[in-house]
Amino acid sequence: MSLVHATATILAKELRTEFRSRELLGTTIVFVLIVIVLFSFTFNPTSSESRRFGPGLLWLAFLFAGSLMLQPSFLREQTNDTLAALRLAPIDPFSILAGKMAANFLFLLLVELILLPVFAVLYNIAIFPILAPLVLVLALGTIGLATTGTVFSAVAAQARLRELLLPLLLLPVLAPVLIASTEATVGLLRDPSELSPVWLTFLTSFDVVFLTAAWLFGEYLLEE
Amino acid sequence: MAGESESRIPSGPAISWPSVLVVFLLLAAASYGALIKAPEEATMGLVQRIFYFHVSSAWTGFIAFILVFIGSIAYLRTRALKWDWLSVASAEVGVAFFTVVLVTGPIWAKPVWGIWWTWDARLTSSFLLWVLFVSYLILRTLVDEPERRAMVAAVFGIFATLDIPLVYFSIWWFRTQHPQPVIGNGGSLDGRMWQVLMLCWAATLGVMALLIRIRYRLEAMRMEVDALRLEASRNSR
Repeated sequence: MSLVHATATILAKELRTEFRSRELLGTTIVFVLIVIVLFSFTFNPTSSESRRFGPGLLWLAFLFAGSLMLQPSFLREQTNDTLAALRLAPIDPFSILAGKMAANFLFLLLVELILLPVFAVLYNIAIFPILAPLVLVLALGTIGLATTGTVFSAVAAQARLRELLLPLLLLPVLAPVLIASTEATVGLLRDPSELSPVWLTFLTSFDVVFLTAAWLFGEYLLEE
Repeated sequence: MAGESESRIPSGPAISWPSVLVVFLLLAAASYGALIKAPEEATMGLVQRIFYFHVSSAWTGFIAFILVFIGSIAYLRTRALKWDWLSVASAEVGVAFFTVVLVTGPIWAKPVWGIWWTWDARLTSSFLLWVLFVSYLILRTLVDEPERRAMVAAVFGIFATLDIPLVYFSIWWFRTQHPQPVIGNGGSLDGRMWQVLMLCWAATLGVMALLIRIRYRLEAMRMEVDALRLEASRNSR
């Protein structure tokens, strides 16, 4: 079975598991909503203030959501003892990781796309004129989040205190993504709006570096 | 009693006294150079002398983190636990050196900048780096089985070291778009100051090597004790 085919199979399995219950997506969306409401108390969310602080808050909310949402990715397999079965499959071990990364990427992107309009309304930010470049920034940032998050989910699943450990491992590593995506979003909201090539290149290189690292070293995490 | 000799893990010879002596002499020479011999900086005065150990600790800390990277990759490739011992020893020593950096920095900044801390690019990234490797050490305490601990720590160690340049570039680009605080050395460093700095770096590198060696041996001996205990409990049964 080729890598692409195997990855697609794992991805389909992940999507099927999630859409049977939809518990992960529903919980995460409500969690981000709570964070967005709570953020409104920390500063005066007028239009000009929102343009300054909004993108940072939005990305921070997504990072927090990711660090909680990616938890079950490997935990589910562990509690059901299904990881051993996956490993026995005659496929490239990386495809297990890649399938999960792709699934987590889609889940996170879906959460972000659902919450983006809510955020725009609540914080008075006009996102319609910049929707296309904004989705590009969202996608690039989310690839980085899903890649490192999936790998660290496999790391944390093997440790004690795993619920607390995943954010601890993930958030400092993702600091560059937070900076780059926030700055790119701030640039888009500026008047005139501009899509910063520096930050786009940076996000792309972050994704490439960690995808390569996951490809080279990730499969060790699947060993018993 | 069969298999006794194979099950023993070599922790290596004890630290030799001459090497300790050499490091202490280097350290003494570096302190003399930094505190007395180096010329006094024109505007900052006495407090500038902290710079020699501040900068050399940062460089040494970096080298320790690079050793974590090397140890982690070598462990994943060879599965020899000695590489994991190198990683944990280097990570701890690197965190110790970066703690020195983060403590001496504000001591210098308060009289020179008038504030203890500013979210300047270099300060922020050093802080983040320190947090990254503290997370690495915390991860290690939360996994009990040695092989599994070595493996997850190696993967995280590789990811953390790969993150270092990304952290630096992102924060640097981010902060240079904002007004920057005045950083002391806009110009070039005096020749004698360079010599003292290099001497200090040599001394901190010596301390690093010594500490890593001791910590490596400690980890090896810990494994040896665990193995012996396991063997003893098996024999008594």
